[in-house]
Amino acid sequence: MKKPFLHNVETDSICQPPSPSVIFVDRAFRMLARLGVILVFSLIVVLVLEIGIKALPSIQKSGLDVITGTVWDVGQQKFGILPAIWGTLYSSLIALFVGGFFGISMAIFLTQDFLHPRLAAIFRAIVELLAAIPSVVYGLWGIFVVIPAIRPLTDELNESLGWIPFFSSTLSGPGLLPAALVLAIMILPTIAAVSQDALRAVPLRTKQAAYGMGTTHWEAILKVMVPTAATGIFGSLVLGLGRALGETMALAMLIGNSNQISLSLFAPANTLAAMLALNFPEAGPSEIEVLMYAALVLMLITLVVNVLGSMIITYAQRGMK
Amino acid sequence: MNETSLPESTPSLQRKLEGRALRSMLLSILVWISAILTSIPLFSVLYMLSTRGGARLNWEAFTELPPAGFEMGGGFGNALVGTLFMVGIASLIAIPLGILAAIFLAELGPNSKLATIARFSAKVLAGVPSILAGVFAYATVVVTTGTYSAIAGGVALAVLMLPIVVLTAEESMKMVPKIMKDAAYGMGCTHTQVIWKIVLPTGMPAILTGVMLAIARASGETAPLLFTALFSNYWLIQDGRLDAMNPTASLAVLIYNFSGMPFDNQIELAWAASLVLVIIVLIINAISRIFGKPKF
Repeated sequence: MKKPFLHNVETDSICQPPSPSVIFVDRAFRMLARLGVILVFSLIVVLVLEIGIKALPSIQKSGLDVITGTVWDVGQQKFGILPAIWGTLYSSLIALFVGGFFGISMAIFLTQDFLHPRLAAIFRAIVELLAAIPSVVYGLWGIFVVIPAIRPLTDELNESLGWIPFFSSTLSGPGLLPAALVLAIMILPTIAAVSQDALRAVPLRTKQAAYGMGTTHWEAILKVMVPTAATGIFGSLVLGLGRALGETMALAMLIGNSNQISLSLFAPANTLAAMLALNFPEAGPSEIEVLMYAALVLMLITLVVNVLGSMIITYAQRGMK
Repeated sequence: MNETSLPESTPSLQRKLEGRALRSMLLSILVWISAILTSIPLFSVLYMLSTRGGARLNWEAFTELPPAGFEMGGGFGNALVGTLFMVGIASLIAIPLGILAAIFLAELGPNSKLATIARFSAKVLAGVPSILAGVFAYATVVVTTGTYSAIAGGVALAVLMLPIVVLTAEESMKMVPKIMKDAAYGMGCTHTQVIWKIVLPTGMPAILTGVMLAIARASGETAPLLFTALFSNYWLIQDGRLDAMNPTASLAVLIYNFSGMPFDNQIELAWAASLVLVIIVLIINAISRIFGKPKF
């Protein structure tokens, strides 16, 4: 009896269980991939441990005094990072207000039928290019463009409204406001991108229902679209805050590296990341310990904010489905 | 009475700019203004780069060493080499490891406990400020070897690239249609064969997009290099010998160092170096976009 097909294939060479060598390669490769995953996971553990262990001597020596101290004087061996924590939070919050406003309006502008698709693509490219420019270039630009540009305005504000604590000093070169403005530009693309995703996830029929009730374009946006996407938009702000807290170079170049706590927008200040960048290269052993402490504080702050942000966004995406 | 006219109480159907319509109009104008304001920084940066950086960009800038103090002329040749070398080291570490990890996350054990933990740590790692990658590389490499080096800089950049590669490569592999993989398994392929012959070739364009984004990010980073690679006024390769265990220059650190100097020559060089750095980053971004065109 003639079996079908068998005449033109050599059964033995094609239909066979995997050879021992193939099985070995398979097992070895799977082990290798598992090892890769374990390495990725252990990297974050080692990163936290390494910084924690290096900071331990300083934590044991001075405990919370470092966090509450306001003086940084290497000569007297006094190390306090409260002004840097204050500067980090203050500059990030200003950047969040400015960057948040422009980022969210950009997201609305790009998703809510204001533009011809081709024009929208141009604006989208502009936002993506803003994200692509390295932070050190923003720092350079801030020194030579932003500071000279806002100085006349700040002088005027100080002269006429100097009794308000926010305007109580003049801008003498680097300061909090130019740093925060550049920071706002840097976090804007993050906020715009994540908010756009949130707004796009709102089902089309929700918008159609709003128009069907006779709302204007903006009533639909402000009373239906934005509230529906609110959780995702909020998540974008938290992620933007996370980026602002950890941003280093632009701030190191623009904020003035001065350890003082002041409400004034025009006074020089300091941030944790900028302090690390500026002091680390020339630090002695005892200063390194404290800087490791500061690095640990910075890591904890950003970790909490980032984990919170991604949890909010996951929650928002789940709610949309 | 043949005239047909609407009774006077009927609201006009014509659009009038008052009340709600006016408010809508004003908000639209506001959002246009804010979008244009948002674009101003980009154009200002590009304008400054092309005028101030372009003016100084000549052959000398690429081939000479950085000038010291009052010296005129000079360039950033060694910094360009240093940046490329350190990004190369970082890529050698981060890309194979990242893709390997992504293979496990996407194919071998997507729902295992290990994968959940690793995915979470990659996300956490992606949010770690870049300066902390520098602190980490300082604590592990610089302290152990006792010197600032290109290797330490490369390790710091690799820490930043790794989570981007892992997360984007995992997403790319998940986009490979399940039927293709099922067909291969049905033919009796092992996991490894499916991964090498189906998943990697099909997902490669998208994986490369993520890889390119990671490289672009690493090329522009400054903070992690400040106290790992430090800076150097000399060439990376001296007398035909590669000096990977000594302080190494990079474009980003050069821009930072020169931006604070009181000499015009150095500041011009900082602008020219910024222009070169931005062009490099934009070219890599453009390449990633070519890969990134969806195929299926």
